[in-house]
Amino acid sequence: MSKKINLTIDGIQVSVDEGTTILDAASKLNIHIPTLCYHEDLCVAGNCRVCVVEQENSRTLPAACAMPVAEGMLIHTNSGKVRVARKHIVELLLSEHNADCTKCYKNGICELQSLASQMLTGDHMFLDLVPDKRYTIDRFNSAIIKDDSRCIRCQRCVRTCEELQSVSALGVAYRGNKMKISTFFEHPLFEVVCTNCGQCVNRCPTGALIERNYVDQVWDAIYDTSKHVVVQTAPAVRIALGETLGFAPGKIVTGKMVTALKRLGFDAVLDTDFAADLTIIEEGHELLERLKSALVDKDPRVALPMATSCSPGWVKFLEHTFPELLPNLSTCKSPQQMFGALVKTYYAKKKKLDPKNVVSVSIMPCTAKKFEADRPEMRSSGYKDVDYVLTTRELAIMITQAGLEFEKLPDSHFDSIMGASTGAAVIFGTTGGVMEAAIRTVYELVTGRDVPFEDLNITPVRGTEGEVREATLLITKTKPEFRFLEGVELKCVVANGLAYAKQVMQNVKDGTASYHFIEIMACPGGCLGGGGQPIPTNKEIRAKRKEAIYKEDMGMPLRKSHDNPDVQEIYKDFLVKPLGHKSHELLHTHYTPRKRY
Amino acid sequence: MSESKLKRVDLIFGEYSSVKFKVLADTLKRSNEDILEDLTESGLKGRGGAGFPTAIKWKYAAETPSKEKYVICNADEGEPGTFKDREILTRVPRKVFSGMAICGKVIGAQKGFIYLRGEYQFLMPELKRELEQYNEHMSKMGFDFPIEIVLGSGAYICGEESALFESMEGYRGEPRNKPPFPTTYGYMGKPTVINNVETFVNVVMIMRLGPIQFKLLGTSDSRGSKVFSVSGDTPIPGIYELELGMPLEKFVEEFGDGDTKAVQVGGAAGFCVPRKKFTETVIGFEGVPTGGSMMLFNSSRSMYNVLHNYLEFFEEESCGQCTPCRVGCQQLRKGIVAVKKGDKQSLYLDQLMKLAESMKISAKCGLGQSVANSFSSIVYNFREEMIY
Ligand SMILES: Cc1cc2nc3c(=O)[nH]c(=O)nc-3n(C[C@H](O)[C@H](O)[C@H](O)COP(=O)(O)O)c2cc1C
Ligand code: SF4
Ligand code: SF4
Ligand code: SF4
Ligand code: SF4
Ligand code: FES
Repeated sequence: MSKKINLTIDGIQVSVDEGTTILDAASKLNIHIPTLCYHEDLCVAGNCRVCVVEQENSRTLPAACAMPVAEGMLIHTNSGKVRVARKHIVELLLSEHNADCTKCYKNGICELQSLASQMLTGDHMFLDLVPDKRYTIDRFNSAIIKDDSRCIRCQRCVRTCEELQSVSALGVAYRGNKMKISTFFEHPLFEVVCTNCGQCVNRCPTGALIERNYVDQVWDAIYDTSKHVVVQTAPAVRIALGETLGFAPGKIVTGKMVTALKRLGFDAVLDTDFAADLTIIEEGHELLERLKSALVDKDPRVALPMATSCSPGWVKFLEHTFPELLPNLSTCKSPQQMFGALVKTYYAKKKKLDPKNVVSVSIMPCTAKKFEADRPEMRSSGYKDVDYVLTTRELAIMITQAGLEFEKLPDSHFDSIMGASTGAAVIFGTTGGVMEAAIRTVYELVTGRDVPFEDLNITPVRGTEGEVREATLLITKTKPEFRFLEGVELKCVVANGLAYAKQVMQNVKDGTASYHFIEIMACPGGCLGGGGQPIPTNKEIRAKRKEAIYKEDMGMPLRKSHDNPDVQEIYKDFLVKPLGHKSHELLHTHYTPRKRY
Repeated sequence: MSESKLKRVDLIFGEYSSVKFKVLADTLKRSNEDILEDLTESGLKGRGGAGFPTAIKWKYAAETPSKEKYVICNADEGEPGTFKDREILTRVPRKVFSGMAICGKVIGAQKGFIYLRGEYQFLMPELKRELEQYNEHMSKMGFDFPIEIVLGSGAYICGEESALFESMEGYRGEPRNKPPFPTTYGYMGKPTVINNVETFVNVVMIMRLGPIQFKLLGTSDSRGSKVFSVSGDTPIPGIYELELGMPLEKFVEEFGDGDTKAVQVGGAAGFCVPRKKFTETVIGFEGVPTGGSMMLFNSSRSMYNVLHNYLEFFEEESCGQCTPCRVGCQQLRKGIVAVKKGDKQSLYLDQLMKLAESMKISAKCGLGQSVANSFSSIVYNFREEMIY
């Protein structure tokens, strides 16, 4: 047990573990000290100074987020000195800030704004510094907009990109009055190593880093009567959307979401889950094919381990960081793009629609999907396969704009075709989910039996935040055509967050780890912690979303991708067989090596 | 010029022994407790500006268990108008090395670094030659404490100890949160003693003279002597070693040009003392402390311009990470311009004084915390010059 420290905060005695910060100690007493640069996912910066408190017998005011408690400390969180300093600090931030809130995407959900209103700012205490600053806006990116005029230089984004993602696309440039958050040689984001993961966007307290939103374009498409607008919704959206619309984290709102989408005017509300199941079939077969080439044909060219490819932030990361390992990436498109390619081919044909009049929209927990949809490769249907990608947050905006009282909406079901789902698809939303779904299918393909886990819950591959999870699965009593796998220990590894992905791939590159199958999701916790998810997203909230996902999985009548009736139908009707000619044309892709700088 | 009234001291620059590295050799034979006791007794405080008792700093580092520890000599000397560390490193480098080696012995460090201001690169060849001699003597004595010289990155903020570590580790020079302090978490996260160049030399002199002799110089709060860089409106600018605790009046009598209206003690980060306070002001930790810079201004100087220059310096040299300092410096400078131009009423100066006070207590590091020193002392004492 760690040592207890006794201190007094605002006259109240409290005893906390050694190493606790004043901020956390105060929150134990239900005293809320304002913060801006602090974020529980990140290391402490202590740079905004908004959280300063008074410590008796100290010349200066320590920052509560950075100051560990000490025995006998006497702290005042709301003394006269503190109030003056805090007000000065917020006023200073505002004096450097382009605070035209009504023109800002973060209006109403901005941490700076809410602090400013709390502090009753507004009497122009100091000079306006904005006119002399030459602030720039980087709008050249399809996923993320960076507006320096709204940046408070808290460096949450810098820490996110470096600590969680090991990308370091963002850094601090210059000193003093010129200090700013910048990229390599101030290139626009689309020209640097940024993966578009949006983790920085999710943590930016202001409107300085935001997703490029396509809300108006989607409304226009909906109102255009000549268009048939199809929407697909990713697995991780339904377990988080509720947070922005009145529910506590961890609430599954699938039925209400579907109703809302129908009420918004989409012509068909379909499920990315369908494509997730399809991905499992394609990717599972691809894995078996690679294993066969390696084990039976002894083909030296076959790239193993094979890595999942459904996280576009991860894909771009690999293109930049380990271009030599691109052959190891599954050629399967992400579910979003498989879906998009099928909407304008298979679906259009079935529904007797001219694909040129079909608009395909997707709702994603992710900002990188916006970039992915814009890749030139993603036009297999002859059109842009996915026209607009909205984040969970943008969908919430549309629902609010439409005046729907989300909490009171009845439930409804996805439309058909391409609306069916399984538990295997649902767990795509969490780290380890793709691996688990793939194993549920591959094991059965190879042995004819269910995976040897109670309730199909393959807990050893269920990833955890902040670690690389390795697991092995012994394959026995194979079907004759998979004899080559008899007695093989399938070695799997699961990682979430690009910092951990980098570890795994470095080991693969160095040859210090031998795996067969790698699952990587770019975001901490997987898609449930995606850059497009509701703000705030933090450890506790991610844990609740994860719980919801596994609950949803357990509640599904079908739990295995190959049991998805729409998937079975599409192979019968259209694709013929996994990895077949049509699959290659529509469901698989290739990658582009990119430079680090 | 009038007769010299101030006692000149020759502790720092004087020859300390006819035998090379004799003090070092003698000291290395003593016990750590003994050395620390002498250091405590001497009352030596750091010469880098903050005036932290050197013995306590060393004791903390000695008491922190760690296989790796470091000794760093801060020779960044970024304060405009100061060049005393350069002078020390040029004239008595061996004393500096010796002080560092003694520190290494006391705290149990394996390695020392001199963080040399980038602009002082020209000192390198000579310093390296001197280091060779030092190494030779060390191996003769059977001790191993290598010292390496690293060139600074050219930013004033890199003189702040934790920013200096960051810079040495290859990162951007941004001050860290404290605690943890360098004595527990310094360079590479290891216990580190960082002292100013002059502090190390003082240690050597204390070892040579004994604490009693050392204490004869200075006052009870400010023991010993200090090397000053005297500049501005003075007929005799230069480097002077003087006793600490002297009244400013005496100093002005000796160095002034007869028309001194103010003295800036401690550079941009220090205090401005107006003529009417010369008599009551003592130079030392009990009065106005200084890292060594003494700048005299005569009545031809505009104190508004002086302050504007300082603020411009801070505005550009702040690392920019924390709000009070990054934005506060800009507001202070632009604020006095606005008052001067009449865009803001003179009452706005009071608003700015309050802001400076907030910066002093809420900025993350010593840079932002010290802007108020010059700002408030100049605005308070020369208010009319700010307005008209
Ligand atoms: C902005 C800033 C710049 C500094 N520059 C120097 C410097 O150039 N040289 C120096 O010795 N100390 C400098 N210091 C003080 C150091 O942080 C540190 O306190 C000092 O090196 C400790 O040595 P001492 O105990 O011997 O005084 C600076 C502090 C600040 C806040
Ligand atoms: S970032 Fe926040 S404070 Fe700034 S304009 Fe946007 S909403 Fe307003
Ligand atoms: S972009 Fe956002 S997160 Fe990054 S420093 Fe600016 S305000 Fe902070
Ligand atoms: S989107 Fe991701 S990779 Fe790009 S800057 Fe933000 S955190 Fe870094
Ligand atoms: S006070 Fe100034 S120099 Fe120090 S950390 Fe803050 S911004 Fe940087
Ligand atoms: S929240 Fe503590 S300094 Fe920013």
